[in-house]
Amino acid sequence: MNNLKTDPSQLKNEEMILNMGPQHPSMHGVLRLELVTDGETVKDCIPHIGYLHRCFEKHAEALNYQQIIPFVDRMDYLTSMNNDHVFVMGVEKMLGIEHTIPKRVEYIRVLVCELNRIASHLIAIGTYGMDIGAVTPFFFCFKEREHILNLLEWASGARLLYNYIWVGGLFYDLPIGFEERCAEFLIQFKPKMEELDELLTNNSIFINRTKNIGILPLDLAINYGCSGPMLRGSGLNYDLRRIDGYSVYPELDFEVPIGTGKMGTTGDCWDRFDVRVREIYESIKISEQCIKRLTKELKRSPDFDPRAKLPKKIIPKAQEFYIRAEMPKGELGFYFIADGKSDKPFRCKARSASFSNLSVLPALAKGAMIADLIAILGSIDIVLGEVDR
Amino acid sequence: MNEKICNFIKEKFGEQAVVSTDFSGLQGIIVLQTNLIAEVALLLRNHPDFYFDFLSCLSGVDLGVAQKQFAVVYHLSSITLGHQITLKVIVDNNRQVNDLPKVPSVSQVWRSADWHEREAYDLLGIYFEGHPDLRRILCPDDWEGFALRKDYEAAENYGGLKIKWEGAKNE
Repeated sequence: MNNLKTDPSQLKNEEMILNMGPQHPSMHGVLRLELVTDGETVKDCIPHIGYLHRCFEKHAEALNYQQIIPFVDRMDYLTSMNNDHVFVMGVEKMLGIEHTIPKRVEYIRVLVCELNRIASHLIAIGTYGMDIGAVTPFFFCFKEREHILNLLEWASGARLLYNYIWVGGLFYDLPIGFEERCAEFLIQFKPKMEELDELLTNNSIFINRTKNIGILPLDLAINYGCSGPMLRGSGLNYDLRRIDGYSVYPELDFEVPIGTGKMGTTGDCWDRFDVRVREIYESIKISEQCIKRLTKELKRSPDFDPRAKLPKKIIPKAQEFYIRAEMPKGELGFYFIADGKSDKPFRCKARSASFSNLSVLPALAKGAMIADLIAILGSIDIVLGEVDR
Repeated sequence: MNEKICNFIKEKFGEQAVVSTDFSGLQGIIVLQTNLIAEVALLLRNHPDFYFDFLSCLSGVDLGVAQKQFAVVYHLSSITLGHQITLKVIVDNNRQVNDLPKVPSVSQVWRSADWHEREAYDLLGIYFEGHPDLRRILCPDDWEGFALRKDYEAAENYGGLKIKWEGAKNE
């Protein structure tokens, strides 16, 4: 079986086919890029995905809604909380119970989601630095991420795949002292983040390496269905947390950072990177506001039960529903078809952000240097677990 | 908004273009005639009143073995105007391997549809007419059958490895 899309006999004299990946650290998982190269220039780039395909959607058709949540965790394994939150919101909307969820539960959800968002962006930043030769920031990022993972482990019992947010509530209330520890973490994290910022974002070698590379014009980004930092990096103020205003985000104060072309052209790799860095600061802001409310007006009480509103049996009435929400990589959507009789979805399609974000890669790669291709791919920030599902 | 879009489509393409509508649920659904979907999509994207520039999601659906129908669902949203709509086409098909359900491709309208249509082809066997590069995307090229169909049965072996899960028989 021939695994190439390009026909080698059709190549011009100077051209060569180069397989990049699937087993290579800079491919961020198992992604294979089939490159047609002319010297150092990429003439064509064909991504081959599916090495991590588990057919999530087929699994989902055989399980009830509560049982699907662990599978949703494993889609984008760096942002399990956000995945759960989107999925759970969709099921709650279908059941019509989204207004009965206690405020404290909603704030805890947003708090853990934002912590997870910081962790995900830290990985994106750290590995991106490493992709293009800066190894030190990687350790800075992983050290801070470890604190977040410890906090989330304390709350949920797992380090990466939490299964913490449930339909109608939470697995458990936050452990005693969590809010205080979390506030302490944020206090020590902010100066560390500024240090990291100085180390990488404004490093002139880094800037020279990423500015004016992989420029994604806004119209192309929209046409390819890019979302999240990809779309905002191209200069559009579009964050579903603001647009749809789901959960308690309308009550929280935060900015939506966008790419401005400060170092080069709007929509280049540096802009996308910078959007992620500034989003971390916004997530810190959101987390602080959540902690403030969770320790003041929504303080824990002994009789508070986060499982009180869990529906006994999750059987939505017959309908179709598409839920979308902002996770760190962009728009995550779930399309449900419920038949009204069973507690299993008739169809559950996941629209993952990385899948659409990755599909723009051939357009960005054409004409780039091979070394820049790594920079472009890193700035897209894909997780193959989500691309392949 | 839903009615406005629906009336607009009827006005442009005639009454029979819209097969049915459902605006009672959480999101409005317009079921269109299959052969018109690409033209309607292009018009909805370009029209200044609607401007659906963002294809959120494209899903293929197997509507059941007894139904003998497949559907393709398009979730559109407009970034500038901030509204959403769900379009849907339903195709009759007798589920034969050599007779795939055919739907016009919208990959010329939104390029995000390119990979989504490949995924629908890969997992459900929906053939998108006019797609530039309709190959399998998630499963290997030599995979047999379409995994998300309701009547799909896994092969015994793939590439010399046993893949059938015995536990299924005991349930």
